[in-house]
This record gives sequence, structure tokens and C-alpha cells, in this order.
Amino acid sequence: MVQEIICIVCPRGCHLKVDPENDYEVTGNACPRGISYGKAELKNPTRVITSTVKIKGAELTRCPVKTDQAVPKTKMREIMQLINSVTLEAPVKTGDIIIERISDTEANLVVCRDITNC
Amino acid sequence: MQIIKEYQLIIIGGGPAGLAAALSAAQNGLSDILIVERDKYLGGILNQCIHNGFGLHYFKEELTGPEYSKRFIDLLSETNVEVALDTMALNLENSEEWRYLHVMSSFEGYRILRSKAVILAMGCRERTRMNIQIPGTRAAGIFNAGQAQLYVNLEGYMVGKKVIILGSGDVGLIMARRMTLEGAEVVACVEVMPYPGGLNRNIVQCLQDFNIPLYLSHTITDIKGRNRVEQVTVQEVDQNGKPIAGTEKYYNVDTILLSVGLIPENELSREAGVPLDPRTSGPIVYENKETLAQGIFACGNVLHVHDLVDFVTEEAESAGQAAACFVQSGGCVKQDSKIISLKTDSNIGYTVPQQIRIDDVEKAVRVFFRVRKIFREPSRIVFRDQLKSEIASFKRPFMFPAEMENVNLPRQLLENISGTELTISVEE
Repeated sequence: MVQEIICIVCPRGCHLKVDPENDYEVTGNACPRGISYGKAELKNPTRVITSTVKIKGAELTRCPVKTDQAVPKTKMREIMQLINSVTLEAPVKTGDIIIERISDTEANLVVCRDITNC
Repeated sequence: MQIIKEYQLIIIGGGPAGLAAALSAAQNGLSDILIVERDKYLGGILNQCIHNGFGLHYFKEELTGPEYSKRFIDLLSETNVEVALDTMALNLENSEEWRYLHVMSSFEGYRILRSKAVILAMGCRERTRMNIQIPGTRAAGIFNAGQAQLYVNLEGYMVGKKVIILGSGDVGLIMARRMTLEGAEVVACVEVMPYPGGLNRNIVQCLQDFNIPLYLSHTITDIKGRNRVEQVTVQEVDQNGKPIAGTEKYYNVDTILLSVGLIPENELSREAGVPLDPRTSGPIVYENKETLAQGIFACGNVLHVHDLVDFVTEEAESAGQAAACFVQSGGCVKQDSKIISLKTDSNIGYTVPQQIRIDDVEKAVRVFFRVRKIFREPSRIVFRDQLKSEIASFKRPFMFPAEMENVNLPRQLLENISGTELTISVEE
């Protein structure tokens, strides 16, 4: 059955139609990125996860982090639990890797803000 | 009045607008620039916007808020722009030659600074429960969404366990996801308008991903709870926004997050006598972001509320360039330039700029605006002069109030209009 989804690659929000029975054919897209999004969203939906972790030795108490690429939606909970178990020690730099290949994905958990020690 | 220090340009606010404005002014030849920031860090609201999606237009990649501001902070550290952190701007005064800024900080005390030009980049603040008059008790547990975002993302406090969100603005949607990921239960998002206030991508990624229902044309009509919020009543509203009897739904929640709009923060502008536009709640500006008060420029959310930081950056760069030009040559605009006022029909909420000095337009002027209702079918954005002649028209496949639109008006077209007014309208 053809499924209707809203493309979230950019703010334009194209209303895509994806047909799983016809090799996941995508229509309604305004740019090529919509095709890959539409296919992936039905075959294997992924998201970048952003959150914060505890940090010690700094004026700030939280450090923003993200997965440096999108991870399967089904792994979100598992990854959040891992993120919540981390405590960093200042200083940290944007891009520092905290956990490599988090939850057996291709993504690393990385620091998103330079935080100096106090 | 004892003037403690003098600058070419003072920028009030060190968020995305202030940062880009400072860089642009420095790149355009100013050497004596100060940013005044009331927080301990540069970056403004981006520091608490830890989600990604920033920079798609400007950097062609998706960044988190702190990563986006870092790009500008790093570039700024290579210039000699001076930054006064933890410093509150108290009062702005305008005169022919100088702009006077009164500032206060715990380490330098009360100071009066003056500069040739000022860029307003103070951003905006959230509308509160008091602004929208929700009935009910004054229990704890009612937060503005952005305030909750600060507690959760910067200070590491959870603000509740069972949450309802009023308003579908982007901050509210982002917080629905954030609270869910951190273990809270978000029972619903309730929007009084018949369409969502936030961007599509946020509806999908923040609500649909977590099966959080979005109730359009609904609002909160009662809040119960003695110390902490215990229950809220949600009702459907009719076309006039009046609650419909018999549609009550009850939610037992301990927390309400409000995402009910943003107000540009223009107290300083008002004191300085900068004329404001009631439609944007920001200053009226010309094509180069100069306000009607000489030497004072504005950009970012203090000028009008944006949904994408990328556009804030672009706007700020233009303001920075114009301010540099003003300082170096007393303004790049000929005094006798023809001025065109932009008017709107009922389908359009506002435009920025509101006035265009033709002589200052190099090739084209970019006009930003918001539509006031959803246009699902292809429609045309039409500019007409005072004789109702069509000057320019632009096609759009669809338009949403949540998404700011913009068009480029070529100078050539502006030169040929009759009268001094252009009306922008949507024709289906």
C-alpha cells in the first residue's frame, strides 16, 4: 500500500508518497534528497540523537552531545540509556568522541560544545 | 554624563544575530566594535538548543545549536572585536552624532559607553501564561517551553514526569521530544489554531516519532492542583476560538509547557525612540536593516521572530555591513532617495523590510514575510503599486504561517512603479 509521509530533510516538508510494492518508488518530492529520505524512512528509519551528559570540573554541569550520524530509530531508547550513564571530565572540545560506534551502529557519540575547566 | 568608553559600533546581544553582525562589521572595515552580552557565554539561545538542524541553508550541513554558534565564535576570536560578557544593557539614548548605551556588570559597575552606530540584536522572549490568560490555580509545574529547555539542557534538571504541551511552536515540539527521551511521558500537544505553529519536520520528528497526539483547534481551559499541577482540562474551540461545551478532556499531569509565541525584546529600542511596527513588535527597518532612528540597526529575533537561524545570520550580516558603511561615511544612502513603503493585504502578516530606499538597492532587495493562513494549492505572491498595476509576482506551490517566506525584488522593477507604495498580496 502506498504510504504518505512528510519529508523532513529540509523545512519545505514535501508530502511524499512511497510505494513499498513498487521498489519503494517515491513521488511528490521536490529534490533528490526526498527520494532517499522516503525510501529510508520506510525501509529503515533513522534519526540523529542529541542529548546532554554530565560534566565535572567545569562551570557548566551539562555538556551537549550527538550521534555524528543518524542511527536506527529502534535503537533510540538503548542509546539514550548509554548517554545517561556517561560522565565527562572538563576540558572537552567539540567533536571529541565519547563512545565509538555506539550500540553497534556506524555512529560515534561526540561532544557538541567546547567546555573549559574551572 | 561621564562617557567611559567610545566605539565605532556597539552590538547589543551576543546570540546568533549579534555574532554574525559583529563579524560582518569587522570584515567590512570597522576596527572598534563591542558586543554587550548579559549571559556569561556568547551564543544566546543556541546554547540551549542542543538539537540538530541548524545551518542547512548557510553551511549546507546540519549542526546543533552550540556547534552553529561555535563557528562564529571561533571566527570572532580571530578579529579584535571586544566582548563584554555578564553585562546588562540598561538604557539606550540616541542623538545626532552619538548613540549612548548605559551598561552594568558586577566587575566594572555602571558605565556609559557611546558609539557611532548601534546594532540591536537582543532577540526575543516567550509569551507567558499571563499573556494568554489561562484560567485555573497557580500551582507549580507551569513552565514556558524555552525556560524548561534551559533547566533540562543547560542545568540538568528534569521539570516534570507527566507533561502536556500547550501551543505547537517549535520550542514546544522540540521539548516534547526532549522530555520523552529523558523519560517523561508527554500526553498531548494542544494547539488553539487549526494549523500547527511549528515546522513540519518538528511535527514528524518530535510528535509522530513518539506517538504524541496533536490536537488542533483545542486549548487548555482549566488547571487544577494545590501545590503542583494535578489536572488540566482541554476543550475544542470553535472558529472564533471559543471553547465548545461538552468537548472536555481531562489529563492528570504534573507539568504544563507553554509554547505560545515569542515577543521581540524591544524595551531598549523603545527608550531610544526607535519606531516599532505593531505587526512584528520589532523596529521598522529600511532595506539595509537601519531603523528609522539614525545610526541604529536591528537584526535577528528582535526585528521579527524567525524560524531558521540561517536567515538570522544573513540578516545580521546585512545589518553589520550597513552599520560599517554608516560609521565610515555617515551612511551609504543618498538622502534624497525615493522611499517605497511596503503594505500587506489580509493574507500577509507583515514584511521586513517595511521601507525600501531605491538608491540603496544594488541589484535586488530581499523581502521576508509570513502568510496568515495555510495555502495548500499553488498561489502567487503579487506586488502591486498604487495604480494596482502588477509589478512582480512569484509562484509558490504552498505556504504555511509557520514558515517564513522571502522573495527577491529586482531594483529595475522598483524604479518603474507609480507612487510610493507597494502592496504585497497572495492570489490563489
